[in-house]
Amino acid sequence: MTVTSAAPGRRVLPRHRPPGPGAGPEPAVLTVVEAGAATSVQDLGRPGMAHLGVPASGPADRRSFRLANRLAGNPENTPALEVTLGGLAITLSSTRHVAVTGAPAPLAVDGVPVDGAPRLRLRAGSVLTIGRPWAGCRSYLAVSGGIEADRVLGSASRDSLTGLGTAPVRTGAEYGLGPVRPVPAIPLELAFSVVPSGGPVTVRFRWGPRHELFDAADRHRLTTTPWQISAQCDRVGARLTGPPLAIGSVDLPSEGTVRGAIQVPPSGEPIVFLADHPVTGGYPVIGVVTDADIDLVGQTLPGDGLRLAPVH
Amino acid sequence: MTPAETILRRAGDRGWLIECAGLRPAEVATSIRAQPWASGLREVVPAATTVLVVAETATGMGKLAAGLRTVLDQSGAHRAGPPPGRRIVIPVRYDGPDLPEVAERLGLAPGEVARRHGAREYRVGFFGFAPGFAYLDGVPESLRLPRLSSPRPRVAAGVVAIAGNQTVVYPGGTPGGWHQIGVTTTRLWDVTADPPNRLAIGDRVVFEAVTP
Repeated sequence: MTVTSAAPGRRVLPRHRPPGPGAGPEPAVLTVVEAGAATSVQDLGRPGMAHLGVPASGPADRRSFRLANRLAGNPENTPALEVTLGGLAITLSSTRHVAVTGAPAPLAVDGVPVDGAPRLRLRAGSVLTIGRPWAGCRSYLAVSGGIEADRVLGSASRDSLTGLGTAPVRTGAEYGLGPVRPVPAIPLELAFSVVPSGGPVTVRFRWGPRHELFDAADRHRLTTTPWQISAQCDRVGARLTGPPLAIGSVDLPSEGTVRGAIQVPPSGEPIVFLADHPVTGGYPVIGVVTDADIDLVGQTLPGDGLRLAPVH
Repeated sequence: MTPAETILRRAGDRGWLIECAGLRPAEVATSIRAQPWASGLREVVPAATTVLVVAETATGMGKLAAGLRTVLDQSGAHRAGPPPGRRIVIPVRYDGPDLPEVAERLGLAPGEVARRHGAREYRVGFFGFAPGFAYLDGVPESLRLPRLSSPRPRVAAGVVAIAGNQTVVYPGGTPGGWHQIGVTTTRLWDVTADPPNRLAIGDRVVFEAVTP
């Protein structure tokens, strides 16, 4: 479903008109050589519109997204690419710094592997590829100057639930780039993303708002079960599998929900809400994953272990 | 009334969920937005019986709770006040694909379904489900039906539909499980407009039948 007027496919959104003869350099363009399975344009989303039914959206791992933009010298809210499970190849029409953060993945320029530095200078015409990550699932690619994309309701973010924002990234698509920016002198060895790898990840959560509807056994089970991320995980939420909670069906009028909400449908298997979660829900929310830890859930893959640790 | 301490429920690091305990969530939300400290809020989301408040930062959640309790106490004092909101008239052509079946199930003539739907003043309860999907409360008892057993995959903008106590003008592009009884050319949701919503929570809506 879609409610946006943004057209898919090739699109160039230059900030400047094409120059006349002698009017200066050509507008810089990023061309998508291979789109990968699920690559989207993101900025920090559309907070403040939930009361109109508009999800906040934005990157599933905000910390890594912000880091990519900082490394590229961009303001944190600059549009960049969220690459799920790799598979992206791009080329630029002019030489620029690019930063890759989030899920660590093999990078190559013109087929030659490059070391794990999160920032590199990509020459005009060279092809940068991002392979399948060794850990986590979402990598972020920011280009100095940022990707130029139409804002829908103030944001370029692709919202997978409602279809708002920039169309999904397709092979062959072109994006204009903003004016080049000086990159900051950050010691790159300090600029790494925290992504879970190997073993279950433990995330903290706060009880409520509806934990009182659950009995003591259910609350105990939530915190002691070694949950697994199910195959049903996307930008909307991650379903957890394990011995189900016993709460069953609860008659609760729809109410506002937040990112990180642990919603329990009648099946008893919790769902953790991520970036594109619906703004209201009618299933009871037993707890909410902390702001500090929800980005970790945005990096989990089907089969990953997850433990929920309460904070008070 | 419930003791004030139990009205607020924690909803994450930065959130409080307010149980409105008989107050109208739309009016509670309006009162919260009018507070001088509301600029520190990221979201104020009224729903059927609750208001979710999300702060920009996790600091000062206790102070926020105290402010919210003050608003709730004041809302209680103003409970008998006049209903806020504008009155908005929406012209409708009552020729939706579900109208004949709705009429048959209710034991009414199609024209009578249209007359009863158009004779009410509805109230914008809250938005949810999809951008611009405004739940309008107040469908008369005689027109209440459960949702379709199988939703349609995509409903066009302007379709007027009913389910249970509520009616809606579809924003367009979403699936839909409500009974489609008519259509309007009035657009209530436009992502290119500022603001994108023509209806606001608390507004009163009247449907006016027009002939094709």
